[in-house]
Amino acid sequence: MKTKQLLKYLRIDRWPTVWCPGCGNGIILKAFLEAVDQLKLKKDRVAVVSGIGCSSRATGYLDFNTMHTLHGRAISFATGVKLARPEFKVIVMGGDGDLASIGGNHFIHACRRNIDLTVIVFNNMIYGMTGGQYSPTTPEEEMASTAPYGHIERPFDIAKLALSSGATYVARSTVYHYNLLVKYIKDAIEHRGISVVDVITNCHTYYGRYNGMPQPYQMMEYFKNNSVTIEKARDMSEEELEEKIVIGVFRREEGKPCYLDRYEEIRKKAMKGR
Amino acid sequence: MNNIDLKKARAVTGAEAVANAMRQIEPHVVAAYPITPQTPIVEYFAKFVSDGVVRTEMIPVESEHSAMSAVVGAAATGARAMTATSANGLALMHEVVYIAASSRLPIVMPVVNRALSGPINIHCDHSDAMAERDSGWVQFYAESNQEAYDLTILSLKLAEDESVRLPVMVSLDGFILSHGVEPVEFLPDEVVKEFIGEPKMIYPLLDTEHPVTYGPLDLYDYYFEHKRQQVEAMENAKKVFPKVAEEFYKVSGRKYDFVEPYKLDDAEYVMVALGSTNSTIKYVVDWMREEGFKVGALKVWMFRPFPKAQIQKYLNGRKGVVVLDRSASFGAEAPLYEAVKSALYNVAIRPQMGSYVYGLGGRDILPEHIRKAFEDALSGNLIADEQRYLGLRE
Repeated sequence: MKTKQLLKYLRIDRWPTVWCPGCGNGIILKAFLEAVDQLKLKKDRVAVVSGIGCSSRATGYLDFNTMHTLHGRAISFATGVKLARPEFKVIVMGGDGDLASIGGNHFIHACRRNIDLTVIVFNNMIYGMTGGQYSPTTPEEEMASTAPYGHIERPFDIAKLALSSGATYVARSTVYHYNLLVKYIKDAIEHRGISVVDVITNCHTYYGRYNGMPQPYQMMEYFKNNSVTIEKARDMSEEELEEKIVIGVFRREEGKPCYLDRYEEIRKKAMKGR
Repeated sequence: MNNIDLKKARAVTGAEAVANAMRQIEPHVVAAYPITPQTPIVEYFAKFVSDGVVRTEMIPVESEHSAMSAVVGAAATGARAMTATSANGLALMHEVVYIAASSRLPIVMPVVNRALSGPINIHCDHSDAMAERDSGWVQFYAESNQEAYDLTILSLKLAEDESVRLPVMVSLDGFILSHGVEPVEFLPDEVVKEFIGEPKMIYPLLDTEHPVTYGPLDLYDYYFEHKRQQVEAMENAKKVFPKVAEEFYKVSGRKYDFVEPYKLDDAEYVMVALGSTNSTIKYVVDWMREEGFKVGALKVWMFRPFPKAQIQKYLNGRKGVVVLDRSASFGAEAPLYEAVKSALYNVAIRPQMGSYVYGLGGRDILPEHIRKAFEDALSGNLIADEQRYLGLRE
């Protein structure tokens, strides 16, 4: 697709973006716009809500209904938007620090509630904006500014967290696998119920620099060489899967009533005879 | 102002200065969460931990709410516990900030001042610390990196004093001090260790011979009395602070007080402010004095407990007092102005007063702005009930 065709979804007057040259966030943003374009969504019927962090700055550049909120709280604000305007497609964008750490509670409860939101996790495995502190998805042994001799905590697997919390659409891609990314975001937006797309992206500025991949292409190569599809992963042992990025659709459960459906049911029940 | 011996000083940012104060204090526990512009403090400190320079147990937790909670838990066991934050990080701590004070836990927390959202802004103003002014914490505001370093050390001794036992915030202006490089004279490690001494544990949670509980339900039967004790502890902080400052002077040669007068002896017009802007005010005072104007400045080091008596002593009888605030109180007078104005209600000769709000969200404050406010005072153009703005487009 011609990039030019997507410019109508952007607030070009807010450019240049805050993102470093080569940052994967731009790829995710483009994949999102391509999905929106393919779905022919009306700009005024899309709301994008973000928290705080590099990726959360996306709402400043997008020409939809957008809200840039508080660190970790994007899902809560988005829940309010969705309840007030159920006809809107409500998208949450945020980083791993934002959505899995300070906002982790909202993340699991949104999954449990199966509210009709699409959560796109810009998962760069580090706190980029504040200077490379380790995040809840930083792998063990990796370096960060707060772990100068290696990280000692176990990371969250965002997809597994979403699955076990009850999310009804869960997929993962990397920024290297662009076409998959567009497809997953598109499916996620179309899905009724909570959808989570975990996107592994490159912060070469901090994560890469601390871990031997200071150039964007090095991280891209890493994603290319270390990703395996979920189908292939099923036949691999735990040892073989170590340090691998499993990509694909982990769950797609259509037709399950979402929070809004249940809400409507209970409303009708309560109003019976009135 | 305290002179710094440049031969002994090192050029460091405010963040590095504060991190070194923390290194010398060597708290048992540090829990923190990254937020601009506090982050470099925690990064420097994480390196000290990893390098084995300090024996601190450090945990980068999942939010500021958890950071303050972990610090409260650690302090309740009798450990020295510290954290640092800014703006929305401090706001997220809010409910635990009150728990720290009401549990009488001597926690010292550097607060790197930044504007509170929204809209989001990462630059300096005092709206973050001012939102906590009634939380029961002692509050200091530093003018320079040297002061941020000194006040962090000094605060620990004040906080841990048996008659005080209150947490202390040391405010330093975001970016201006935290990321700005200035010469700082460090005390030798052993001098700091001796100055702060061993922590005095009072009702520690882990003393199984004398079990205690923190924070149990406290309704109309005792809650009021406990609040009254907090009021008393703040009064005690006022009594103890000069002694701590005197001891600090003995080891460092640097003097601290509730307030710092600058060229006040014959000054007819005085400007009052918090934090790093005082350096610009002093520059303007010098500039205007060269032209023969009798102007001076009064820096407020300690904002909570508010040093009413010192404010009265220095401002009684002046012709005009101009108060600069780097935060607004929407629908009421700006916090420093309100406090100073209230303190002057009872003085023998009340000066004319004027309130100026400046620098919100990091807006630069220039010598010309400060001069303009002084000139308003000099021309008798101060209206006590009017709030004015410096450097604002209207």
